[in-house]
Amino acid sequence: MSNMNQAMVEKYRNDFLKEVKANVEEGDWVQMCMQCGVCSGSCPFGPYWDHPPQELFMMIRAGKREEVLSSNSMWMCTSCYNCIARCPRELPITHIMHGLAHYADRLGLAPKEQPTRKFANRFWDNLVKKGRVNELKLGVSLYFMNGFIEGIKTAMAAAPLGMGMMKAKRLSPMEYFGGHGVKDSKGLDAILKKARQIEDEKIAKYNS
Amino acid sequence: MADIIATNETILVVGGGISGMTAALEAAECGKQVILIEKGPSVGGRVSQLYKYFPKLCHPTCGQEINQRRIKANKNVRLLTMTEVAEVSGEAGNYSVTLKTAPRYVTENCTACGDCGEAVEAEFDSEHNYGLGKRKGAYLPHQMAYPQRYVLDPSIIGTPDATKAKEACKYDAIDLDMQEETTSITVGAIIWATGWRPYDANKIQPYGYDRFANVITSVEFERLMDPHGPTGGKLLRPSDGKEAKDIAFIQCAGSRDRNYLKHCSRICCMASLKQTTYVREKYADDGKATIYYIDIRAIDRIDDFYQNVKADENVSFIKSKVAKIEEDKASGNPVLHGVNTEGYERYANPHDLVVLAVGMEPSVASEDFPIKVTVNDNGFIEQDEANGAIFAAGCASDALDVNRAVQSATASALRAIQVVNKVAGMEG
Repeated sequence: MSNMNQAMVEKYRNDFLKEVKANVEEGDWVQMCMQCGVCSGSCPFGPYWDHPPQELFMMIRAGKREEVLSSNSMWMCTSCYNCIARCPRELPITHIMHGLAHYADRLGLAPKEQPTRKFANRFWDNLVKKGRVNELKLGVSLYFMNGFIEGIKTAMAAAPLGMGMMKAKRLSPMEYFGGHGVKDSKGLDAILKKARQIEDEKIAKYNS
Repeated sequence: MADIIATNETILVVGGGISGMTAALEAAECGKQVILIEKGPSVGGRVSQLYKYFPKLCHPTCGQEINQRRIKANKNVRLLTMTEVAEVSGEAGNYSVTLKTAPRYVTENCTACGDCGEAVEAEFDSEHNYGLGKRKGAYLPHQMAYPQRYVLDPSIIGTPDATKAKEACKYDAIDLDMQEETTSITVGAIIWATGWRPYDANKIQPYGYDRFANVITSVEFERLMDPHGPTGGKLLRPSDGKEAKDIAFIQCAGSRDRNYLKHCSRICCMASLKQTTYVREKYADDGKATIYYIDIRAIDRIDDFYQNVKADENVSFIKSKVAKIEEDKASGNPVLHGVNTEGYERYANPHDLVVLAVGMEPSVASEDFPIKVTVNDNGFIEQDEANGAIFAAGCASDALDVNRAVQSATASALRAIQVVNKVAGMEG
C-alpha cells in the first residue's frame, strides 16, 4: 500500500464520498446522482463493465473504497459521452470516470494489467518526448506489449494496413528515427516539469 | 360584441379548462361579475380529453356536466369561446383588456344536428384526439362540448365545402361572412387559467417518439380508451391496429431532467398507475403492464392507489430510467434498453406498445403573456405582488393534478374577489 493511499485511508476513515469529492476530478458531482440508471443503460461498453457508472456512484456512497479503486470499470470508458448527453442531472460522468481512474492510479490501486491503463501510460510516455504522438513508435510498442512472438504476429497481420498508410503518406518509416515534434520543445519541457512538480508535491505531502 | 358589460368590478378569467371554469364559477357564485374566455370552441380543456380521473376512477364527463350546468345557470358568468386576450394594460382594480374573438361561422341557431359535418368533405387531424384521428371541416369539438354548437374550420372558408355546409344547414345557422371581432373591456382583476400542455415528446430523442409508431404519449393513451375516441375505446396500437396487451409505461419522460423539463410534473406517476387499471379493465388477466420508473411519487392519500396497483400481479415495476428504445422491425415492437438498478441487470424488453408519461409545461410561455407576469424557473406563474391583480389558477401556477388545480382555482377566485371588493368599497 502506497504512503499516499495509507494517508488517505486514515484521513477519510469511512467517508469515501468525502474523499472522492476532495480528491477526484469532478468528484463533487457524485453526490448529485439520483440513481436513475440511464448512464449504465446508455453505455455501449456497459455489458463488459463489472460496475457501470451509476453502480460505482452508489458504491462510493456506500464506502466501498477498495472495490471501487481497484475496479477495472472506470478504465473501460471510451469517452463516447452518451452518459453525459443523457444524464438528467448533467453529471460529467465521462470526466468522473477518468478522474476515478487517475486517482486510483495515483494511489497505486489501479489494476496493473488493465490494458487501457497500459495503453494510457504508453501514450503519455510517447507524447511527452516531442509534444506530438509518434504513431509508428506507439503502434509498434503496442504490438509488442504482450511479448515478442505475439508482437511479430500482430505486426505481420497489420502489415497491409501499414503499407497502405505509407502509400497514402499517412505514415513515414522515417518517424522511427527521431520523428516530428512541437516547435518550442523547451517550452513544452517547462510545462511538463511544472506539472510534474505540482503532482509530486501533492503526493509528497503524504510521504513525509 | 357590444353586449358585453364589464366594469372594474368585473373579474376576467382567461382559459376555460377545469381551473378557469372553477375560478369563474366560484367568483360568480359569490355574486361577482365574471367574464370567462376560452381560446378553443368549447370549454373543458384537457380534462375533457381524459378517460378517467385518479384516484376515484370516475369519468370526467360527470364533473364537466356539473360545471357546465353551473355556467348555464349563473347569470353572472359571461362565456366567450374562440376568444383570446390581445392586450392588457393598467393596474390592480383597473385593467384595460382587448379581446380578439375568432369567427366560428356558426351562430346560436345551431342545434348540433350534424348535417353540416356530413356535407363537408375536408378532414383535419382531430385536436381533441391529439391528432390520432380525423375530424371534419365542420365539427363539434367533442361529444360533451359546451356550447353544443358546431364550428367551421377556417381553412374551408371560401371553398365549395363551406357552401355545402351552409346549404346543408336547416336552421340557417351558418354565417360565412363572420369576421374576427375586437372588444375592449375594463376589468378589476384577471385570473390566468391558461393551463398546461404535454411536453413535446419529439424532443426526447432516445425514446424515438418521432420514429416509432408504437411509442405514444400518456395523453394519447387516454384518447384510445374513450368510446368516442379514435379507436372506439379499444387499446389498438398505431402501427398495425393490433390489440396492445403488453404495455410499458415510461415515467419522467421529459420531467426531472435538465435536458428537458427540470421540474417533477407530479401527475405522471399517478397517471400511469391509473392507466395500468385501464389495461386490466380491457383484458383482465390477459393484459400486462410494466412501469419503468426512477421513484414513484404517489403522494399522501393517493399512496393507497399505488399499493393497490402494486398488489396486481399483472403490473410489474422496473426501477430504471430507460436508456433508449429501438424497434424490432419484424414485429413492430418497441424494445426498451436499460439497466434495472435493483440488481443492476441489463434488459432489452420488447413490448406491444410504449406509453411515455410526458411532463407538464405551461401552455403559455412567459414572454407570450400580453402583460408582464412573474414566473418561476419552470415558467409557472408565481404568487407575486408585482403581478398586481393578476393571479394564476391551476396549471398556469404549477404542475398540478385536477384536485389541486381546482383548489388553486378557488384560491385565485378569492384573491380576485378581494380586489374587486376593494374597488367597490372605494366607489361605495
